[in-house]
Formats: sequence, C-alpha cells, structure tokens
Amino acid sequence: MWTILAINSVTFGGLLFLLSAGFSLIFGLMRVPNLTHGSMFMLGGYIGGSLIASWHLPFWLAALVAAAAVAAFGGVMERFLLRRLAGSVLAQVLVTLGVAFMVSDFSLMVWGGDPLSVDAPRALAGGTRALGVFFPTYRIAVILIAVAVAAILWAMLDRTRLGAMIRAGVDDPEMARVVGIRVSRLFTIVFCLGAGLAGFGGVMGAPILSVYPGLDFAMLPLALVVVILGGAGSLPGSLVGSIVIGFIYNFGLVMVPQLAYFILFLPMVLVLVLRPQGLFGRAAP
Amino acid sequence: MTALAIRGLRKSFGGLRVTQGVDLAVAPGERRLIIGPNGAGKTTLFNLIAGDLRADSGSVALFGTEIAGLPARRRAHLGLARTYQIITLFPKDTLLRNVTLSLLGLSGLRWNPFVRLDRQHALIAQARHALGRVGLADMADRPLAETSYGERRRVEIAMALAQSPRVLLLDEPFAGLSIDERRDVAALLAEVPREITIVMIEHDMDVALEFADRISVMHFGAVVVDGTRAEVVADPRTREIYLGE
Amino acid sequence: MTARRALIGLAAVLLVALPLWVPGNYDISVGSEILIYAIFALSVDLLIGFAGLVSLGHAGLFSLAGYTLAVCLGAGFGQPAAIALALAVALAGTAVFAALSLRTTGVGFIMITLALGQIMWGLAYRWVGLTGGDNGISVSARPAPFGISLAVPSHFYEATLIVFAGAVFAYRVFVESPFGASLRGTRDQPRRMTALGYNVWMIRFSAFMVSGLLAAIAGILFVFRAEFISPPTAALTASAEPVLMAISGGSGTILGPIVGAALVELVKNVASAYISRWNMLLGGTFVVIVMFMPEGLVPGTMRLLRRRFGARPPAPVVAAGTAERKPPP
Ligand SMILES: Nc1ncnc2c1ncn2[C@@H]1O[C@H](COP(=O)(O)OP(=O)(O)OP(=O)(O)O)[C@@H](O)[C@H]1O
Ligand SMILES: [Mg+2]
Repeated sequence: MWTILAINSVTFGGLLFLLSAGFSLIFGLMRVPNLTHGSMFMLGGYIGGSLIASWHLPFWLAALVAAAAVAAFGGVMERFLLRRLAGSVLAQVLVTLGVAFMVSDFSLMVWGGDPLSVDAPRALAGGTRALGVFFPTYRIAVILIAVAVAAILWAMLDRTRLGAMIRAGVDDPEMARVVGIRVSRLFTIVFCLGAGLAGFGGVMGAPILSVYPGLDFAMLPLALVVVILGGAGSLPGSLVGSIVIGFIYNFGLVMVPQLAYFILFLPMVLVLVLRPQGLFGRAAP
Repeated sequence: MTALAIRGLRKSFGGLRVTQGVDLAVAPGERRLIIGPNGAGKTTLFNLIAGDLRADSGSVALFGTEIAGLPARRRAHLGLARTYQIITLFPKDTLLRNVTLSLLGLSGLRWNPFVRLDRQHALIAQARHALGRVGLADMADRPLAETSYGERRRVEIAMALAQSPRVLLLDEPFAGLSIDERRDVAALLAEVPREITIVMIEHDMDVALEFADRISVMHFGAVVVDGTRAEVVADPRTREIYLGE
Repeated sequence: MTARRALIGLAAVLLVALPLWVPGNYDISVGSEILIYAIFALSVDLLIGFAGLVSLGHAGLFSLAGYTLAVCLGAGFGQPAAIALALAVALAGTAVFAALSLRTTGVGFIMITLALGQIMWGLAYRWVGLTGGDNGISVSARPAPFGISLAVPSHFYEATLIVFAGAVFAYRVFVESPFGASLRGTRDQPRRMTALGYNVWMIRFSAFMVSGLLAAIAGILFVFRAEFISPPTAALTASAEPVLMAISGGSGTILGPIVGAALVELVKNVASAYISRWNMLLGGTFVVIVMFMPEGLVPGTMRLLRRRFGARPPAPVVAAGTAERKPPP
C-alpha cells in the first residue's frame, strides 16, 4: 500500500518535472510565467491520444509527434504574440492566459467533454512482483524517462554552447545581450523546448491521468507551485519541487481527500514565508 | 555632536567588495564633497547611508542616533534626504505632485483615505514654495515628462529640500547640466541654510570645489584622503588617484 | 466640468430608472449582474491600476465571501449575521492572500495570487462536506431590508444600485485622497517612495485589504442574486474576467472598469444565446485587447476626444509593464 503510493508519487513527480522544467526555463530566461503551459500539457495528451487511437501510431512515435506539434505551437505563439509585446511582461502574461482559455475551448470543441483514455504501450503494460510488492511497469518507465530527460537537460545546459547561452541569459539577460547572444532566437528555442517538453509530458501522463477538459488548469497551478518551490530557472529546483509535490499530492489524496488540493499548496506558503526566492533560486539582488 | 558619523562600513555584492571599511565624520552645517574615480563606491556609500542598501557591517549615526539597522523610510523620518545620480521621479505626474508626494511622505496625512489631496491647501502651498526655491514656480502644473533634464535635476533638489532634512545627500547634482544650469544649481545650493548639512558627490571640480568646506577622496571603496580643500588638493595621493593611473 | 456633471446625472437617472425602460425581469437581472461585476472589476483594478499589481486570484476572495454567506445561511444564521461573517472571513482571507503575495511584486505576484486562487477553487471543489462540491450550495432567501422583499428583481436591482453607488463614491474619494496618491506613488517608483518616508509594503497591504472588501461585497451580492454558488465561481476564468473588464475598459480609471464590466457581461449574455464558446471569446478578447488596445476603451476614447479639443493623453497602464523606468541620462 505505502510502496505503491510512493511509486505513484514519484511517477507523478516525474510528470510534473516534464511539465515544470520547461516552465521554469522559460520563466527564468524570459521572466514570463507561461500560463499556457498547462494547456500545452493537455494538448500534448489529446494529440498523442488521438494519434494512437485513431491513427494507430505506435505510442512512442505518437509521443514524439505530439511533442513536436506542441513545440511548433509554442514557437508560433512566441514569434507572433509574445515577441510583439517584448518589454511588457505584464501584457505577455495576459496574452498567455488568453491563449490558454482559447486552447481550452478549442480542445472542448475538437475532443468533446468525455475523457480520452490512452493505453500504455503494450510492452510496458502490467507489472512485476518483487519482494512482495507489485511494480507497474509503465509507471516505472515514466520515472526512468523523467530521470533521462533531467539528465539530458542537465547535460545540455551544462555542456553545450546553447546551454551556456541559456544559463547566461537566466543569470543576467541584460549582460547576455551585451556580450552578443542573440536573445530573441534563444527565447524562441527555449519556448519551443519548454512547450515540447510539456506536450511530451502530456502524452506520458495520458495513460495514468487520462486526458480531459480542465486538465490544463489543473496542471498549471502545479507547475507554478513547483517553480515557486524550486526557484525560477533552476533544473534541480524543478526536480526536487516536482517530487515533493508528487508525494504531497498522492499521499494527500489518500489521507485527506477533501483537502488534498489545499495541502498541496502548503509547502509553497512555507517557502514564500521563509525563502521567497525558492529553495534553489538565488537571492534577488 | 557629529551630523553624520560613519564607522567601519562594509558592503559586498557577491565577491565584489564595494565598500571596504569607510570612516567618515561630517559636522553639523558642514558642506562635504566626496570625490573619487568611477566605480569608487560613492553612490553605494549613499545607498548605505540612506538605507537603499543594507550594510554588511559597520555603523551609521545621524546626530547620534544609530540608523544602520533602520529601513530607509525610518531614516527619512529622522531627517535624511537624498537625490539620485540617475534621476528618479514620478514621470506621469506634474512637478507640483512630485514635490507634494515628497512632503506627504513625512506627514501623517499620507495614510488618510477620506479627504481629497487637491484640497490640502496648506500642503500644496508648501510644495509650490519648495518649487519656487529652485526657480520652478511657474512650471508647477506641467507634467514632469514635458520638462528638460536640468529642470528635473532641480525638481529632485526641491523634493529633497521640501522635506527640511537635517542631512542632505546629493549624488552628482551637476551631472549632465549645461554651464548655465550648473551656475543656477550652484547658486541655489549656496542659499541652502546651514541648518541643513550637505554631503555631495561630484566630479565637476569647478563648481564643487568652491562649495565644499571639506573634501573626502574615495578609492576602491574606502576614504583615502580626508581634509580641507587645500589639504586634499595638495595631498600626493589625490594626484596619484586622479592623474597617476 | 458641467457637461461632465450633466452626463453623470443623466447616467444616474437612467440607472435608477432601468426597471422602467428595460423589457423584462431577465434583463433587470442582467442589470444587477453588471453592477455586481462592476464592483468586482473596480476591486481588481484598485490593485492593477493604482498599485500596479495584477491579481489572478481575486475570484478566490469573491467566492470566499460567497461561500461563507451560503454556508452560514444554510447553517441557520440570520441574514445580517451571515453577511457580517462573510465579510469578516473574506477580509481574513484577504489578509492571508496579501501577506503571501506581497512577498513579491510584478510577475511573482501574479503567480502567487493565481496559485492562491486555485487553492480556493480546490477547496470549493473538493471539500464536499462543506461546499457540496460540484453541486454547489443553493441559497433560498434574499434579505428583506425595511420589509422590502428583494426577491422582486427590480427591488434587488435597486438595492444593488445603492450598494454600487456607495462603492463608487467611496472608491472615488479613496483614489483621490492622500492615501490614493501614496498608492500610485508605490506603483510608479516604489524605491523612491521608501526613500521619501513611505512604508511601501503597508500601503500595498492596505490597498489589498480595501480591494478584498470590495470583492467580498461583490461576492455577497452575487450569491444573493444567483441564489446559488458553485466551484466555477472560484475558477481561474472567474479571476481573469474582472482583469479583462478592467483593462478593456481602462485600467487606472473609475469609469473604465465599470464600462468594461458592462461590455463583458453584455457580450457574455448575448453570446451565450448563440454560441457556447465563452472561453474562446474571453481568451480571444484578452489577446486582442492586450495586443492592440492596451490602454483600454475609456482612456482610448478620452484621448481621441482630447485630441480634438487639445489636451494631454493619459499614459497607458498595462503597456507600461512592470519594469522600473529609468529616465535617460
Ligand atoms: N547592486 C549592485 N550589484 C553589483 N555590483 C554593484 C551594485 N551596485 C554597484 N555595484 C558595483 O560597485 C562598484 C561601485 O559602484 P558605485 O555606483 O558606488 O560607484 P560610483 O563611485 O558611484 O561611480 P560613478 O562615479 O561612476 O557614479 C561598481 O564597480 C559597481 O559596478
Ligand atoms: Mg555614482
């Protein structure tokens, strides 16, 4: 019972990481909390689910296509909406919110009001029993994928030129511009990357959460909380924040179901009171 | 009693030690000039005195009252006012409203949500008077956005003087002004009564030197030379800092 | 000035006489709804337009008052006691919201208020024992002050109008007071305000409390009008609507949010007769307004009028962003 709950928590944390890593990067770099992020997660789930159900694409291929589609959507949004409002973060935030409402209605129109359930890939169905505990294979796979994505992201940020530029941009956008980094292209890349990750997360989450209207605004606050916990632009922060929230949410659901959503926000409140810049964020100058 | 007594003041940004043990004593009514090369830490020193930044260690006393631990707003109420090197005003408002806000800051009226501000005739008359002191009386109702740089400098000074501070910190009040404007500002500063102690940062020696009673030279975050005009000008270290490098 | 007086007088007469010139009870009820949302929009715009703080969680406060009222009435409290409790609980909630969200400003403030608003939504939705979950809570009785039953739509409308007029009057006094000037100062130059001797945090906190009070009043009226409250009242859309009303009408003015509320509510009522895609319309309007008319309708129109008669335009509020401005050297 407790073990399965723990596994579920880590799995949910993994999904949250896929969601919030991009959110955190975008926020760290552009200072824009992308309020469309939950919608991107949901959109990924719907697109991936449809590709699997109606087009009979293999699960992993569908996940990649969905991620690419959502990334493209993010790129379009960044280029044609946010770019034009450069310099006014407030206006950008409101536009991301407006787009989120539009996506929510659009999805309702296309996919209807019933939840879309997606089967896990056949190879990963079922589970194994070891040491008297049942390990559901797909959930374990999600955890491994989240870890792999974290490692890839970390390597990208730490080892590549692109990563160095992103880090420079997160540290000091002004300075990055001065030393000749093309910040505008960087913005588009990071926005696409974040959107793609969210879309991918949506497909990964579909077999567990299913995809339903309202998933967008259920996930969005979780991304916010993770980033407030972990600090903007911090990858380890996102990871730790995601796992913490994963545990609190799943244990809360079992122990105090009526207040699960409420206690989810308690760590955020604590962090805000004690350390407003987040657990892993740097102190504001 | 000293008007402003600073002892062992330190501040660093990350690893960068910007203020490294500043000691400074300014007598009541004194005109003190602070000079030093770019990046010497002069503005940072003002930020530490006024409370815009918190010092890492050291003490700042205003007429004997320790203020280093107080928030900036408390320091204003104790009689400390400042102007900014980068002009910091309320661009959407008129000159009069800018100065009124300055007066309001020290008045209990600022918490009052029940009366109309534009009916507070005493306060507004005071603000007009303060603008008159800097020669801007007839522009009082113009929006700040429609004024020249030199006029804004004077608004800054009017706002500071309006608060009738005991110690006034002026950060490069002549920077960016034309020769005529410099003369005007120098004249209006010369008229400030001696009840107000003035500490001024300035690069322009021509106007500043004749204003100063004493001069402190800052270099790498510390006061290196301190003395009367003649002493400082004669000191070889002053030459070294200004000419040697 | 006299032309303005005359216009306000005319508007007042039209508003008071609304039950006489609109066709039916449904339309009178829409009138009440617009007034209620106008109060709500003013509440949100006190923070956006005068403090430079965008809250995306105000539906949390609105519904906190509404739910408290509904729960208290359901528990058998009398009307005055229930209303007083609703105001008290909402103000306590506002204090918590304010204390947490004012840890930051700008974008951080938006994120924290959004998260706090979602908490309220989560409670409304999940705490079934108290809130009835998805089914919501019905309220059977409207109050009957001085023996006048507010169950009659036109009576309820006039009562709402009285509250609305009181709120607008108080709002006007508030924003033109010395405290209002201080608040605007913290919006434009917080650091400078601190150096001038103002307690910026306390000014913002106080403004947030006033804003919360207005949101609570609107929430209470809302429950009495609808005689029902359910989780969508606390949802993110419900928080976004007053923000849209404020910025579409004209943030930082008094007329702006009122006009914005009227427009949004009318569009919503008209549109819902034809399409069920309210969210699409809401989102689209948001994008269009922010991209093409950031200053809002009322200041935009004023600017056009003033240009004809030759005076200065006011600065847009939303387009100015949250960055601190530095004048050129
Ligand atoms: N907030 C800050 N964070 C990091 N470094 C800072 C900060 N403020 C100032 N510095 C650094 O501290 C040093 C001193 O700056 P300061 O503005 O005090 O110099 P200054 O003597 O006023 O120079 P100037 O004559 O150019 O005005 C500079 O190297 C500056 O880059
Ligand atoms: Mg300086």
